[in-house]
Amino acid sequence: MPTVSVGRDRLFAALGRTYTQEEFKALCFEFGIELDDVTTEKAIIRKEKHLEDDGEVDDDDEVIYKIEVAANRYDLLCLEGLARALRVFTGTEGSPVFQVSSIPRGSILQMHVKPETSKIRPYVVCAVLRGVAFDEARYNSFIDLQDKLHQNICRKRTLVAIGTHDLDTLQGPFSYEALPPHEINFVPLKQNSPVYPVIYDSNRTVLSLPPIINGAHSAITLATRNIFIECTATDLTKANIVLNTMVTMFSEYCETKFEVEPVEVVHYDGRKTVYPDLSCYKMDVSLYDILGPIGISQDEKQVVCPLNKMQLQAESHSLKGEPRISVSVPPTRSDILHARDLLEDIAIAYGFNNVPKSKPKCMTIGGRQPLNRFSDKIHAEVARGGYMEVLTFILFSHEENFDMLNRADDKSKAVIIANPRTSEFEVVRTSLMSCLLKTLKHNIDHPRPIKIFEVGDVVMLDSSRDVGASNNRRLAALYCNMVSGFEAYANLIKLSRKLWDWWILDSIVKVVRAPHVNFGENYYVPTDEPEFFPKRQCKIVTSDGKQVGYLGIVHAEVLRKFGIPDPCTFVEMDLEALL
Amino acid sequence: MAEKSPAADVEAGLLAHLNSAGEVPDSRSFASSLGVSHLELVGVIKSLSAFRIVESKDIIKEAWVLTEEAKGYVAKGSPEAQLVAAIPPEGVSKDALKAKLGDAFDVGMKAAARNKWIGFEKGNKDLVLRKVESVMDELQEQLRRLENGEAVPDKVIDDLKRRKLITKEKSIWHSLKKGPEFVLKRKTLATDVTTEHLRSGDWKDLEFKDYNYGAQGQPIAKGYVQPLMEVREAIENIFIMMGFTEMPTNNFVESSFWNFDALFQPQQHPARDSHDTFFLNAPATTQQLPEDYLEKVKLVHQSGGYGSKGYVYDWKRDEAEKNLLRTHTTAVSTRMLYKLAQEKPFAPKRYYSIDRVFRNEAVDRTHLAEFHQIEGLICDYGLTLGDLIGVLEDFFSSLGMSKLRFKPAYNPYTEPSMEIFSYHDGLKKWVEVGNSGMFRPEMLLPMGLPEGVNVIAWGLSLERPTMILYGIDNIRDLFGPKVDFNLIKSNPLCRLGL
Repeated sequence: MPTVSVGRDRLFAALGRTYTQEEFKALCFEFGIELDDVTTEKAIIRKEKHLEDDGEVDDDDEVIYKIEVAANRYDLLCLEGLARALRVFTGTEGSPVFQVSSIPRGSILQMHVKPETSKIRPYVVCAVLRGVAFDEARYNSFIDLQDKLHQNICRKRTLVAIGTHDLDTLQGPFSYEALPPHEINFVPLKQNSPVYPVIYDSNRTVLSLPPIINGAHSAITLATRNIFIECTATDLTKANIVLNTMVTMFSEYCETKFEVEPVEVVHYDGRKTVYPDLSCYKMDVSLYDILGPIGISQDEKQVVCPLNKMQLQAESHSLKGEPRISVSVPPTRSDILHARDLLEDIAIAYGFNNVPKSKPKCMTIGGRQPLNRFSDKIHAEVARGGYMEVLTFILFSHEENFDMLNRADDKSKAVIIANPRTSEFEVVRTSLMSCLLKTLKHNIDHPRPIKIFEVGDVVMLDSSRDVGASNNRRLAALYCNMVSGFEAYANLIKLSRKLWDWWILDSIVKVVRAPHVNFGENYYVPTDEPEFFPKRQCKIVTSDGKQVGYLGIVHAEVLRKFGIPDPCTFVEMDLEALL
Repeated sequence: MAEKSPAADVEAGLLAHLNSAGEVPDSRSFASSLGVSHLELVGVIKSLSAFRIVESKDIIKEAWVLTEEAKGYVAKGSPEAQLVAAIPPEGVSKDALKAKLGDAFDVGMKAAARNKWIGFEKGNKDLVLRKVESVMDELQEQLRRLENGEAVPDKVIDDLKRRKLITKEKSIWHSLKKGPEFVLKRKTLATDVTTEHLRSGDWKDLEFKDYNYGAQGQPIAKGYVQPLMEVREAIENIFIMMGFTEMPTNNFVESSFWNFDALFQPQQHPARDSHDTFFLNAPATTQQLPEDYLEKVKLVHQSGGYGSKGYVYDWKRDEAEKNLLRTHTTAVSTRMLYKLAQEKPFAPKRYYSIDRVFRNEAVDRTHLAEFHQIEGLICDYGLTLGDLIGVLEDFFSSLGMSKLRFKPAYNPYTEPSMEIFSYHDGLKKWVEVGNSGMFRPEMLLPMGLPEGVNVIAWGLSLERPTMILYGIDNIRDLFGPKVDFNLIKSNPLCRLGL
């Protein structure tokens, strides 16, 4: 969620009254924004410079409110829009009506778009703000809004880049071109394209090299009165939203308030479009459709007021006896896509906390996934066997999942992360062995014997699945003592099974066996895997020869790599195969 | 009955003596009168004192005692006296003397020479001659006096100390008299109830020893459950009581299509950035997508429909095919709702899940790259925001959070969207406990769900309420390989939903 910093006193001046912090917080909560932090200019500077708080409280220091706003409300990204929205919400002011000034066809400013631009950044939209009265605060807000838009909807200028210029330093018409680098006087860094976008005026003065650089020649200053705004883009919808946000926010300071001068964009194929498009989006919805899903009943007149509070011009009428509401969505409210969005605004204006509670009427029966239920039963079985449950991550370093277990990655099993932030998140586990050894290492001073287990998923590449990978539910148990557990529980086990974990295995085999899963007489088959000591390992197979688990004494090299000084036995079973 | 032990004899003797004589002034001499070691007697005295049968007073005295070496001198004479006695009138060679005296030779030679008891033949330093007829063995006499407890001058003590012939020893003995609980023969107290007691019936006559209830017993080997899983089970039970069915969430790898696109989350949304989501090298892309449905999803993004303007941008299939580790379990909810939409006639559902989700975030005290998401949803005709609030109150009050309020929020696939706050009595403030909303028509209608069907849903993490519940302030102390085994062992029962 974006955060907007505004001076408290300026905000209260714009709201026409002051609030206590608690009152303002309550107002924010109702409106759906959040007073995130209260600080001062000096504190922000101190923080940036990593200076200690000197505890000095300066009454002259301006208090800054940091306010968190919804990510799709670009009209709340500056003080002007925020204050306006709150004034309308509290009913102290009506919604503004934005207008495009009517200019004779011949004297309208033009922007000519050249065909090469389609190869790199095809769209440009423009507008002019006339007679702007800047002071320092307004000027800073104007610059900050561009920055906020660039960071949010413009996705760091990739989708849209804004250029704002002092129109009095330039001579129209303008042209939007894309030229090979050698034909432009300076070349932006880090772009790799045969052509680069550039905007010229009629004197071939470079206004900007989108998306990064704006020319110094036409830079706006505190003294600028007439502002030319151009937005170049790869997404026309977003270019219009950004341009409209800029002009609707700052036309407030124009000579004729809320009036914007249009610019005609002349496409190379002859199409001509006038921007900005400040027309309202008309919606017409049935009263029931927007009240029903909230669960409140109001008459049409009661609905008009809350919509107006959210800057949506609404009127009630009726069609064939059914009450309906027609709504004009202003250019500031690009977030309204559907009648459902009107519904939310009515609910907000009504107050979420005033909506009467009710209960869904549908009768349904609860239930669980068989695999999870089964896992829980196995989990309880192992815990009853005296093991302690641990819970570990599925993400590991490549080294932990392979090298440290004496295993090689044959690229046939593991899911590999493309963009890990650190080496801890390189690969998704293909067994629980590293998990338990790593957990043991972090508790290495715990009294022996240590008996831990985990029931959890591993992930394997699986071409039979739509996404190419599937989870597999596993049980893993580990026993660590000064001796490996050989003989320790021999008396509990028939035959000559000597590993401690064998007991867990046997007890699981006993509780899941026939008629559900069939095990033969000898379900232990010796193996020769690198993570275990030779001759101290085996796999467990069902009577049809399918492997459902494995166990052994962990190899000395593996223990050394994990920093574990004492012998460990480890068992892992595929629970889905036993279900 | 147990065989009569020597200690029992000593005890009987002592008690009989006290009964007749009334006191024992010196336990040492009493021990020798009984013919047992003092140590043995002390054991009996301690046991009897503990029950206040006898009253014992400690007598502590420090005294010089002879070393083993000195005891030998008392018996055989001092080395110098031994040496002189070993020299025949004609004299003897040093070697012969050494052989005869052994260890005493060196010391004896030096002391005898100092006392001028011996001399050497001129010109033959090897032949030792006796210069006195008889000697007065003073050392032997002093040691003997000391051993008998007679007074010895301080100078002599210092000399003997220097020669390491005496050491100071503290000796403790006791004077005894009858205690307040005196009996001639005490009853043996039983410590445990045995099969034998039950069988013989002698438990009727037994008196049991007092039990130390505060004593720490040996820890028993038992199993333990991870606290997070305890809380998960409790929350699961709440869902099931409320008629919710669990969704199958055992698919960590998901396509962008099901994780984002199908949820009407635009392709340029920041959540789809690589610094928020784990994308995959293997398997990099998804192989199959439901084509009819994909076409509808594409259109609603690109040009709207179902009453929506849409986002109006160029939707790319490549983006939808990118695989990732799911960022929310809502990807599964979406698959389930799509499946439900294909079933005719429509039947209402309540679904829940609690499983892992993944975010490519920096790990700190409150953030992990993987955590558990709790999600619940209801799908039916005519559901309302009021229904959502009602269900949330039921659900959260089962978790002990009965004071809720709701804040407007933004989420690309829910409208309205509400953040859920609960008043925390301990922290004395409102804390955010989850998110909720009604799924957008742009998400539900392309699936084929009938018009008028709404979905109300909410989600929260499992870790956060667990941390609040157990007072844990670092998430890494609760989940992951660094969790302390002692935390798992000392974890109290989870009482949620009781």
